[in-house]
Amino acid sequence: MINPGLFAAVGEVGKGFIQERDSSSLPCQATDKLFCFDWAKENIDRYGTPTVQHLELVVFSVLIGFVFAFALALLAHRRRWLRTPLLAVTGVLFTIPSIAFFFLLLPITGRGRDTAIIALAVYTLQIIYRNTMTGLANVPESVKDAARGVGMTDRQILWRVELRLATPEIFAGLQIATVSTVAIATLAVFAGGGGLGKPLYEHINFGTNIILSGGIAILMAIAFGVLLFVTQRLLTPWRRAEAS
Amino acid sequence: MTGGPPTAPPLASIQGAIEFIFSPQSSNVTGGKKVGGIDQVIELTVNQIELSVLALLLSLLVALPIGLYLGHKGVGELFATAIANAGRAVPELALIAFMAAAIGVGVLNLTIALAVLGIPPILANTFVGIHQVDRASVDAGRGIGMSEFEILRKVEIPLAIPTIFTGIRGAAIAIVATATIAPLAGVLTLGDFIINQNVYGDSGVLAGAILVSLLALAFEFSLAGLQRLLTSQGLRLKSA
Repeated sequence: MINPGLFAAVGEVGKGFIQERDSSSLPCQATDKLFCFDWAKENIDRYGTPTVQHLELVVFSVLIGFVFAFALALLAHRRRWLRTPLLAVTGVLFTIPSIAFFFLLLPITGRGRDTAIIALAVYTLQIIYRNTMTGLANVPESVKDAARGVGMTDRQILWRVELRLATPEIFAGLQIATVSTVAIATLAVFAGGGGLGKPLYEHINFGTNIILSGGIAILMAIAFGVLLFVTQRLLTPWRRAEAS
Repeated sequence: MTGGPPTAPPLASIQGAIEFIFSPQSSNVTGGKKVGGIDQVIELTVNQIELSVLALLLSLLVALPIGLYLGHKGVGELFATAIANAGRAVPELALIAFMAAAIGVGVLNLTIALAVLGIPPILANTFVGIHQVDRASVDAGRGIGMSEFEILRKVEIPLAIPTIFTGIRGAAIAIVATATIAPLAGVLTLGDFIINQNVYGDSGVLAGAILVSLLALAFEFSLAGLQRLLTSQGLRLKSA
């Protein structure tokens, strides 16, 4: 396999000289063109493994983040006094840049995918927690009264009424968290976590590579966004009825 | 290919990191020249603050007027939402690398790249904040003879301050975080300690991570304080 980094280096040193002589015979990746279609076509399979790794990073971290954030939200829903402290703690964790978080974790969890997943999961806590709380808070008191009136217990009200009505907000949170995580997971390479950041970082001066790695990440983010939007619509049929 | 990130398992300690921050340490690769220490820490911190503030100002300059205008007119909801969604999907590392490859390295180019991350949350939140102001409040303003500009300045903006600031804080978090990888585009920030493990060692990496975290929190708390100052007394009472 021809090393594009090497070609880029050659291109930089002797570009003027070579191009002057015979620029047509020079492979595209040795020039400073921003995108080389032929190279992309020939090398697209290089991005298979990183894409799968990236997908795993995102899915695992969002799932773990969701389980924790959702549990925290339910806890805070029961015990009001926990709301502000939990919001503050998840807020501080959200503020710490992921790339710094990877390295704060290194002495504890070592280098690798687990560290990346933990940091990415922590990043999603605030978004999912806040949206779940907003969703639960927006459930009208009258609906809960009605549920109580037909003899539902508190637990039944939570699972059958409140959480169902809060579904759009919870999904909005999940969507924001997932799309952001797809983007941020490119930084997992710094923690040795693989993903699309790996090919991106290895040839960071090669335009075609940047556009391919970044492009796949953006497409993945869009795909997750659409998937979650559709799922949310399917889970909340009454909303469609209202809208029409 | 040797361009990849370091792979040796680091065993950095908090103590080592603190020593790295305050006094220069010897390095394996600089040929006896010491690295780290408070002078370099201050220099890189100032660089990162400068870059982040510049990018945040540029974001505000672009996003605020558009958000205010669209919110006041009540048009372009789809545009604001689309911008916000698109902004979240942009991978930071790819953005920085792409800008460096396409328009070159340096503070100005990096400021533009970072502003690309800052504009969406500010624009979207400004739009939503202004747009969701109670129509009755706006009508009351119009009723007592306020001009459109006065309505925006005296009614809509004060009521939208909390939402607008949510956007500004989101933008600041993204910008400061991404300014950490600025060394990849030729601007030395605290991220240099993190990215160049072979120069600064494991203590340097941990020190960088701690300093970057503290800087991000400092931005967040300053903006939260500014938000409190700018929020009208009445709104503060309501949320308390």
